[in-house]
Amino acid sequence: MTASPSSTVASDVCMSLQDVTISYGSFEAVKNVYMDLPKGKVTAFIGPSGCGKSTVLRALNRMNDLIPGCSLKGRVIFDQHDLYDRRVDPVEVRRRIGMVFQKPNPFPKSIYENIAFGARINGYKGDMDELVERSLRKAAVWDECKDKLKESGFSLSGGQQQRLCIARAIATEPEVILMDEPCSALDPISTLKIEETMHELKRSYTIMIVTHNMQQAVRVADMTAFFNAEAVEGGTGKVGYLVEFNETENIFNSPSQQSTLDYVSGRFG
Amino acid sequence: MSVSTPPTTRHFTERLTLHYDPSLKRNRFNQIATAIAGFFAVVAVIPLFLVIIYVLFQGGRLLSLQLLTELPPAPGLEGGGIGNAILGTIVVTLVASLIAIPVGVGGGVYLSEYAQNGWFSRFVRFGNDVLAGVPSIICGVFIYSLIVATRIFFDQSFSAMAGGIALSVLMLPTVIKTTYEGLLLVPQELRWGAYGVGASRFVTITRITLPAAFTPIATGVVLGIARAAGETAPLIFTALFSPFWPEGLFNPIATMSVLIFNFAIMPYEAQNELAWAASFVLVIMILGANLLARWISRVSRT
Repeated sequence: MTASPSSTVASDVCMSLQDVTISYGSFEAVKNVYMDLPKGKVTAFIGPSGCGKSTVLRALNRMNDLIPGCSLKGRVIFDQHDLYDRRVDPVEVRRRIGMVFQKPNPFPKSIYENIAFGARINGYKGDMDELVERSLRKAAVWDECKDKLKESGFSLSGGQQQRLCIARAIATEPEVILMDEPCSALDPISTLKIEETMHELKRSYTIMIVTHNMQQAVRVADMTAFFNAEAVEGGTGKVGYLVEFNETENIFNSPSQQSTLDYVSGRFG
Repeated sequence: MSVSTPPTTRHFTERLTLHYDPSLKRNRFNQIATAIAGFFAVVAVIPLFLVIIYVLFQGGRLLSLQLLTELPPAPGLEGGGIGNAILGTIVVTLVASLIAIPVGVGGGVYLSEYAQNGWFSRFVRFGNDVLAGVPSIICGVFIYSLIVATRIFFDQSFSAMAGGIALSVLMLPTVIKTTYEGLLLVPQELRWGAYGVGASRFVTITRITLPAAFTPIATGVVLGIARAAGETAPLIFTALFSPFWPEGLFNPIATMSVLIFNFAIMPYEAQNELAWAASFVLVIMILGANLLARWISRVSRT
């Protein structure tokens, strides 16, 4: 387990999951996942509820550490490090792998401070005004915010709040951005704006997104991973597993697995 | 009407009008029950108003600048004020706050943010609830034997310090509980957001979680102070009393509650009146603290 993994990971791979099994207490939520997530692309995780896709996403920047009883077996390789090595500092991991959550969660501070907070604690020394503007522009929310930077983040609409949270994630200049159903609480127009934002962002960042909306996966993702869950003998519930991971086009047009076809064609889930 | 419909048997033959009928049994019963409950609600607030009105009537007329700034008179003499007791109450409560707020907020933060829900945190929370129910006189006796009788501070027995420590024991449960419960109300997403941009646990707590819970914590602290400021029993054994101006933290000190206790039962008219005046000032101060607590929660909610 301690051998250097660098030789096994190709250079265009951003993160590599090797036989990852994640459990809550003694219950295995998702089992034996192997995946090479490509650099500079958008990868979508789709699948029915309870299949473990959010769990896998949170494992990528050690957010699961915050959930009591959650443990991971296997390896998650990022930048030639196993993220679950005992020497790895989860705070450092999250600085390089940012996250946007399902519900917009701006801090109860001004819009400006929402952006500046992450940069400041990461030791940003440059021009803060410039960073705030650049981050808000990248997240396509600058025009709506520029006249009210001093106002509370809560004064924005839901969609604007979510783009503020994306700007907040960008401001720390991570290499990867994880998005956990970022549009599920938003209306179609805000969703569209966030998707446009993602198209802009993938030029400079690797993005992984969990979504329940298959059209969204088709619109934004280069690669798609389909997760499913099935009951196992003697288990306490359904265990998630990775069914198929391929280019989005293949997943939706010519999947190799029957269950993928059933899911993407709307026959179940 | 179609022929095929079978005739339905009606068990509720009598159909009443839809208008409200006060003579119905259920409606009459409802009115009586409402009246009884309302009566008891009125009875419940009567003591509050009687106390305030009575204290206002007895003590309010004595209010003057002299009352607030002068020392109490020697037995048998007229005039004087309760200036030393007002100052003493402020000093003792300040000492109590300086101890109880850091310990209480720290404990609440530990319980909510650091502790796994294991035996230790459950034990602390249970112990805290028990401490909240300990009679205040027990706190007084405890501090008496721990600090006063042992003369632990510079060989002084009764002292403002001992009184403050006794009051801090009383404040502690309120502060811990409100801090803990206030932090539990902070949405988990907010913490995730902070961790998601690479904040450490310490930064998350001090910069995001604690400020978000400021309102309930501040309210709890103010209510804790208000409760402690009015306590008598723990001060009788610890701060004792003094007819003079405060002479530092390690000497006996006058407080309003103990002044009321001492002067109300003296056979001198002037002292009795001062006791009423002190009651009035104390009630107003505690009322003010409660209003402040409400104001804090109102202001930051908007």
